[in-house]
Amino acid sequence: MKRFLIFVVFVLILGSVAYFALNRTDSSDGTAPAIAGAPATADVLARGEYLAKAADCTACHTVPGSGKPFAGGVAFRLPFGTIYSSNITADAQTGIGSWSDDDFVRAVREGVRKDGKRLYPAFPYISYTQLSRSDVLAIKAYLFSLPKISQPDQPNALGFPFNQRWAMGFWNAAFFKSQRFVADASKSPQWNSGAYLAGALGHCAECHTPRNVGFGLEHGNELAGEVLQGWRAYNITSDTAHGIGAWSDGEIASYLSTGHADGRGSASGPMGEAVDNSLQYLMPEDTNALVTYLRSVPARAGKDPITIDAKAAPALASNDTAPGGDSADANSAGLKLFESACASCHQWNGQGQETPYASLLGTRGVNDTKGANVTQVILHGSRMRLGGHDVFMPAFGRAYSDTEVAALANYVIAHFGNKQGTVTPDAVAQSRKL
Amino acid sequence: MKLKTGKPQTAEQIDLNRRHAIQSGGLAIAFLWLGGSGIASAAINARRQPGDAAAALADGNPAFAPNAFIRIGTDGTVRLVMPMVEMGQAIYTGSSMLLAEELGVGMDQITVEHSPPSDDLYGMPLLGGQITGGSTSTRGTWQVLREAGAVARTLLVAAAAAQWHVDPSTCTVDRGMVHHTPSGRSVGFGAVASAAGQLPMPDKVQLTDPKDFKLIGKPLRRVDSADKVKGATQFGLDVRVPGMKIAVVKACPTFGGKLASVDDKAARVMPGVVDVLRIGDAVAVVGEHFWAAKQGLEALGITWDLGENANLTTQQLRDALAESALNGKSIVAREVGSRPADGKTVESVYQLPMLAHATMEPLNATVFVTSDKCEIWLGTQVPARVLDVAAKITGLSKDKIIVHNQYLGGGFGRRLETDSVEQALALAKQVSYPLKVVWTREEDIRHDRVRPMYHDRISAVLDANGRPAWYGYRTSGGTVLGRWAPMAMGKDGLDSDAVECVVEVPYEIPSLKVEWIRHDMPPGLIVGWWRGVGSTHNLFVVESFMDELAHHAGRDPLEYRRALLQKNPRSLALLNLAAEKIGWGGQPLPARVGRGIALGEPFGSRVCAIVETEVTPQGEIRLRRAVVTLDCGIAVNPSSIEAQIQGGLLFGLSAALYSEITIKDGAIEQSNFHDYRNLRINETPLVEVHRIENSEAPGGLGEVGTAIAAPALANAIFAATGVRLYKLPVDRSLLVQDANALKRVVSATASSQGRNDA
Amino acid sequence: MLSLSVNGESHSVDVPADMPLLWVLRDVIGLTGTKFGCGIAQCGACTVHLDGQPVRSCVLPVGSIGDKTITTIEAIGNTPSGQQIQQAWLDVDVVQCGYCQSGQIMSAAALLKRSPNPSDADIDAAMSGNICRCGTYVRIRAAIKQAATGKLDILQTIVTSPEGSAS
Repeated sequence: MKRFLIFVVFVLILGSVAYFALNRTDSSDGTAPAIAGAPATADVLARGEYLAKAADCTACHTVPGSGKPFAGGVAFRLPFGTIYSSNITADAQTGIGSWSDDDFVRAVREGVRKDGKRLYPAFPYISYTQLSRSDVLAIKAYLFSLPKISQPDQPNALGFPFNQRWAMGFWNAAFFKSQRFVADASKSPQWNSGAYLAGALGHCAECHTPRNVGFGLEHGNELAGEVLQGWRAYNITSDTAHGIGAWSDGEIASYLSTGHADGRGSASGPMGEAVDNSLQYLMPEDTNALVTYLRSVPARAGKDPITIDAKAAPALASNDTAPGGDSADANSAGLKLFESACASCHQWNGQGQETPYASLLGTRGVNDTKGANVTQVILHGSRMRLGGHDVFMPAFGRAYSDTEVAALANYVIAHFGNKQGTVTPDAVAQSRKL
Repeated sequence: MKLKTGKPQTAEQIDLNRRHAIQSGGLAIAFLWLGGSGIASAAINARRQPGDAAAALADGNPAFAPNAFIRIGTDGTVRLVMPMVEMGQAIYTGSSMLLAEELGVGMDQITVEHSPPSDDLYGMPLLGGQITGGSTSTRGTWQVLREAGAVARTLLVAAAAAQWHVDPSTCTVDRGMVHHTPSGRSVGFGAVASAAGQLPMPDKVQLTDPKDFKLIGKPLRRVDSADKVKGATQFGLDVRVPGMKIAVVKACPTFGGKLASVDDKAARVMPGVVDVLRIGDAVAVVGEHFWAAKQGLEALGITWDLGENANLTTQQLRDALAESALNGKSIVAREVGSRPADGKTVESVYQLPMLAHATMEPLNATVFVTSDKCEIWLGTQVPARVLDVAAKITGLSKDKIIVHNQYLGGGFGRRLETDSVEQALALAKQVSYPLKVVWTREEDIRHDRVRPMYHDRISAVLDANGRPAWYGYRTSGGTVLGRWAPMAMGKDGLDSDAVECVVEVPYEIPSLKVEWIRHDMPPGLIVGWWRGVGSTHNLFVVESFMDELAHHAGRDPLEYRRALLQKNPRSLALLNLAAEKIGWGGQPLPARVGRGIALGEPFGSRVCAIVETEVTPQGEIRLRRAVVTLDCGIAVNPSSIEAQIQGGLLFGLSAALYSEITIKDGAIEQSNFHDYRNLRINETPLVEVHRIENSEAPGGLGEVGTAIAAPALANAIFAATGVRLYKLPVDRSLLVQDANALKRVVSATASSQGRNDA
Repeated sequence: MLSLSVNGESHSVDVPADMPLLWVLRDVIGLTGTKFGCGIAQCGACTVHLDGQPVRSCVLPVGSIGDKTITTIEAIGNTPSGQQIQQAWLDVDVVQCGYCQSGQIMSAAALLKRSPNPSDADIDAAMSGNICRCGTYVRIRAAIKQAATGKLDILQTIVTSPEGSAS
């Protein structure tokens, strides 16, 4: 018994040492590489605005259409409950108006609030930890220059043990390392800018890197693709078959800045929001830096790799106004839905009619046999506001049944991906709940 | 229980001072006492009326204008002024056929015109005003328009006969000419138009013997088809007035909410934006064209005062309605005999949703207001009501207001309302130019005046043979009539429309009790007419329940109904014809395929529908076939009758399958065709229409097919699956064969048996 | 200034490039036969032909048209398939309120040009994007077949043309 107690004490001591060692804070201010849209010489507010856009603060902290920028309240439905984003306007009572520079920097880079409580990693401090203090304070200056909005934070809906914020210390010990960005002298300045834009600001990994059972990012599998909130964030490694290795620089740049690349696809869902809120505002130099960086990400096949048939036989056998080459019977439910509500814009040959954004041939969505994003976009539609005009697809979820959405998704996968889709009505029902 | 008889129609001498009995039903019933009592008894008349001279003067002062409908020039041109409005139901063709038949002209010799607003000249006796709705048009004008044609013909013949010094009775009329065969003389209408215009009104006219009809009863092409296939027809939205600007409007999304404030700085500097206008509950951006106005609207920063309904949901409305249905005070609409003490009792509760109209042409009105004049261009089912509201809003007297009615891109009851033109008037009087106010589709659906939701309890006591000895019906819902025409409500507060097709049913049932419980919606949630309100909802309940009774009795639904129709030969004949045409009881149907019968007597017609449908293992509906049999009395135009029944049935099937307006945060959730879904051609079955011909007075048509659709579908689904649907629209999750059906991949290549196209 | 070829005529229009063609036709050029129904390419009322192909003009940015030729309902009767479809529409008397029919006819004319003898499946594929609230679908199918074959294989009333019927 005594030996057992000694063992327990020993484990506790060791654990505490490990806990504090692993939760050690990087005390350096950090230095950012050159960002074309936020040169060091620029006004701090201009830099802050650009950096806030590049970091896409608004995606999580502004309820779309609410007219209340950065007042929080956006819900994140996660496997263990719902988290709501907080008010980050300068309102002293309900926002962060009373926060000092150090408070703000600690929250952004270490995931610890002014009151010392830990943030959940839905807030991407794992990425933001790389930011330089100067950049974080520029963002703070920008946020504090905006109108204060009084809106109390909505309490999270998390069950035990997930509602225990202190427990995040253990999660951090396991999955978080406080560390500023360090330029890689062996790489070009452009690559370093891209690495900072992708890693620190754009936090691409938060969606595109697979997560382990502890919901931590899987190191060694960076940017190989993951499914979050029902949407599939695709493999953006340089893998030529399953990633974006086969895309030209121009295609990647076009996708980032306009949400579309001919023959490759159009952004929708969370990526559509990223383009809408953030990526479209990057200066071309910064977009190109991102491209340079992404090109260098080691090729990985990722989970459930998608193999694209860019010349799907049924689509090629169709023309712009009539189907051909389908193995589907003319009476199949999916085909009938497509001809009713979809063909007007997407066309039978998948080229897209009134707008190139409606093209389907060669996209990863229609080649994913699980149909994750095809299902999501049918249910929820898509909307991006780009340069003052809208790119949109209506949301069909309300008026179409799970069976219909499944049949349509499988038809789209068969016709434009030349594959047997595996979407079931039950799977659609699950997607609706996300 | 009701058996209407009609006397055979022959050539008759018509005393023009006598009123005519009309087959009523639907909206018309509510107004019978009104029209009959003489209060505000606005009514069209075959003879010249006090207002006719002014109307004819305004209409180009034609040489011959014997009444409100016929204008003949000295060049022989014949213009016919249409008392009702054209919204697709082919009434311009039907009315023209009635007038032309008696006038003695061909359909190629006439042009048709919209009527100006006037209850006195164009008021429908069945509806108490110049109103097109309730499937009343042919019923209400079948007699008077033929008389109007005969009056004109009588005068033209009299003028020619006087010129020739012959007895008018020796003259004949054909294709716009008066002939005197004995002397071989002929003269065109134009040549005698002026002389005819000077003659006094005849007291009596001779109507054509039906066996001599040249036009009536023939399937003639519509008078508006030629322009409509060329895109040449002008609808309200197509109106273009010199100097006109276009406004796109957004009203507060919540019922009864108001506009609090608008930040319009960004909108005002946008190219093409002309102005930003505010009224109590809405804001509009005026542009050089729709696109500029719409872009401007989207750039506004609008703050709404959401009002007292800000948290309203469909479920709250449903719960309140159910509470009323259970405990509310009822008005007895009809009671015959008493409920038997013994016998098996069957009881069910049915619920129906709120519905939007979604006319293809979104609501719009073009208005030009100056200090001393107001002109309005729009498509409306109530021109005279538009005149009334314009006078009220502009403060101008009615003679300073001109309403130019247009072809309607669908009505379905939505254009019986004046809300959108009231809004357009309030906006247009703020500006100095003509203003076309356009509702986007989103605005059109979110600010519809919806068909009410209903909660109905129906019960029956069965005799030893399983036949109903008594039925009881308690229906609860909002009243359309109570708001739209409160003076037409029953003395005890009864909304007669709400109990249409249930106070009287085709079947022989000895006793009954029908009650209505008024349940008003929260202020601001305004309910409106639809394509059949009372009839459409009650027939779904009654005919679904008849199938339930047949099932309880262990009888075939056809046989069960037949046994109850032995004293109603007209409806029995329809039932038998429909069964024969679809092959009831013939070849066995495949698994999960079923046929459903519905029978009813809505709007003064009798109709039977049998729908055949497949239900997939996942619960999806595939319509295979529909047969409708119809007894609408005398047919004016069999082609348009067929079209109305086909279209009406599809409208009803579409609603039953897909349509429901729901509310969240005090606002309608649906907005466009992606979430307010509509039947498409690839889901449409062949719809056969078979008509029983007779010489009974004409019945209504526009809403008949719609009223019979949902119960036939629900009964077919029951036959296919054994699942009884107590709510509309069809909840497909109830029809899933077993849970495994939803776990299977829905194959893109799965085919079903038989194409289901027309 | 954009230059558009509409129904064989050239029009110069001063409008933003992202303005949908529908509103250029209706509010700027004044061709109102093409209808506004939904604004989201779900109903087909706004269908016109771009180099002979049916497109939904409510979502087609005018700046993307370039030198493609536009044909609207006002001029579709000048094409053989358009003329055939319009005549069949009259023979079967398809229209009711008529508001959707410009779009229906444009879709049907494009179908007939491509498939002179369309099957039911062809008709579904070409016409299912066009909504008709009046429910004229049964007659639309009958009229397309009538246009193709000159005869009716669907139980359907054909309007008679006694002396004196409307043209």
